[in-house]
Amino acid sequence: MPRIFTDKDPQQQYTTLNLGPTHPATHGVFQNILKMDGERIISGEPTIGYIHRAFEKLAEHRPYYQITPITDRLNYCSSPINNMGWHMTAEKLLGIEVPKRAQYLRVIIMELSRIADHLICNSILGVDTGALTGFLYCFEEREKIYEIFEEICGSRLTTNIGRIGGMERDFTPTAWAKLDKFLKEFPAVLKEFNKMFNRNRIFMDRTIDVGACTPEFAIQYGFTGPCLRAAGVDYDVRVTCPYSSYEEFEFDIPIGTNGDTYDRFMVRDEEMWQSIRIIEQAIAKIKAIPDTTYHANVPWVYLPPKEEVYHNMEALIYHFKIVMGELEVPAGEVYHSVEGGNGEVGFYLVSDGGRTPFRLHFRRPSFINYQAFPEMIKGQYLSDAIVTMSSMNVIAGELDA
Amino acid sequence: MLTNQSVAERLQAKFGSAIVSTDEQFGMLSLTVQRETIYAIMQFLRDDADLQFNFMTDLCGIHYPDNPKATELGVIYHLHSWSHNFRIRLRTFFPRTDVRVPSMVPLYATANWMERETYDFFGVNFVGHPDLRRILNVDEMDFFPLRKEYPLEEQTRTDKDDAKFGREGNYVVKV
Repeated sequence: MPRIFTDKDPQQQYTTLNLGPTHPATHGVFQNILKMDGERIISGEPTIGYIHRAFEKLAEHRPYYQITPITDRLNYCSSPINNMGWHMTAEKLLGIEVPKRAQYLRVIIMELSRIADHLICNSILGVDTGALTGFLYCFEEREKIYEIFEEICGSRLTTNIGRIGGMERDFTPTAWAKLDKFLKEFPAVLKEFNKMFNRNRIFMDRTIDVGACTPEFAIQYGFTGPCLRAAGVDYDVRVTCPYSSYEEFEFDIPIGTNGDTYDRFMVRDEEMWQSIRIIEQAIAKIKAIPDTTYHANVPWVYLPPKEEVYHNMEALIYHFKIVMGELEVPAGEVYHSVEGGNGEVGFYLVSDGGRTPFRLHFRRPSFINYQAFPEMIKGQYLSDAIVTMSSMNVIAGELDA
Repeated sequence: MLTNQSVAERLQAKFGSAIVSTDEQFGMLSLTVQRETIYAIMQFLRDDADLQFNFMTDLCGIHYPDNPKATELGVIYHLHSWSHNFRIRLRTFFPRTDVRVPSMVPLYATANWMERETYDFFGVNFVGHPDLRRILNVDEMDFFPLRKEYPLEEQTRTDKDDAKFGREGNYVVKV
């Protein structure tokens, strides 16, 4: 264990280093004012809020269906999970039961975006340790996931996918074909990626025991998601508080032992394999049920098809009311959480019966995980701090809301 | 196995009138508690061997401008007991003229930034917080933007006159 200097140590000459807010190695707007003893970090002071967009205030002024695009911009590496989380929160408040097929479709989309999220995190961790090749391999696969999203909802990064009450449309045959193709090709690519990194001496030297934390520390600091599981705690919202029929699926929760960067990498890696398993099961389940309805029968919430609007009076009325945001909402408080790319993404919604939420608070795992960052980099080298931050997968959009 | 009823009864037996009210919404037990005892209640919830609320899921502020003056601002806590897989919500309310609430940082380190965020947006003064500064907004800001009296849009603009579409919904502070 190297000697850790503290602020109280005399005879040391410290350097103050301003890391960020636009440093290329932090891939995001993060500023850290570091107190350095040579290459070693004595203390760090993060400054956040550079891309704060007042989402919680905005949400108090928007009808429910217009809040989905806001959630896109929280963790923009896995927008669909946030979208689904918000839809499920609103459905919980409105008392809507979504048909099984829509739930399974949601599971497929959420797991695909989990793969996309972990893929980018793990491959960029490779870039930060000096291995660019894996990153380029992975981006091709991520592109394929985005093509599936594009086929389902029309957009790629900020998806605004699904609606309150179900999916906005069924998967097209092209989407199914692309999904099948992806499931066939992706395992080979991931295996190749694993071969490149998992037992790579340089990668292991750069990541093992870097940014390590104990389970007690992780729980105290409110870690969730891969950061927590790497420390050896098997908490996953999909298992403890299942949503969208996750209780019917068979999958494993990988956990680490040291809570270091290498463990976080390995946990994310295994989660991608588990996501493939979940998607395959979901496809089988969808094939097994004859029912093809992909949304709940709730015309006062769910937009009618456009042809109906032109020819049917009720549909026209509902269309107008929904688009104007006139939704009959009960008063009440609801908390719902989903397992996002970085951990528990929570939505605390307070409704007073009005057309907009009275208060909407997002529990953002990046924000909560990042506060432990100065503690985790104490006594480490600067280059290790970069790797630690990368493996915590702090997304600026989610951090700053 | 914890149930909403057993937890509520347990807390009421222990803290009596400090629990102002209990209710259950969408299956989650919510307790409104007095600000003076919130720290003791939270400590009891965390340390009691039968409850073990070891994880603070969320902490946020709320502003009810139409409430009586003594309960205008509030802080909402969500706790989770992992060993029982049981969630609970705690609320505490106080007037805007006296915004002191005990800080939960000694119990849960994760409360640090969440309390800074709540201070930033609602101006709640968490007593005992190690470093209570603004976090997402600029330090020079002299108001608390998530309080309801602050409108979303600048009110001097005249080019956006569409009151029919619900823009008049902003609360105007009545002093």
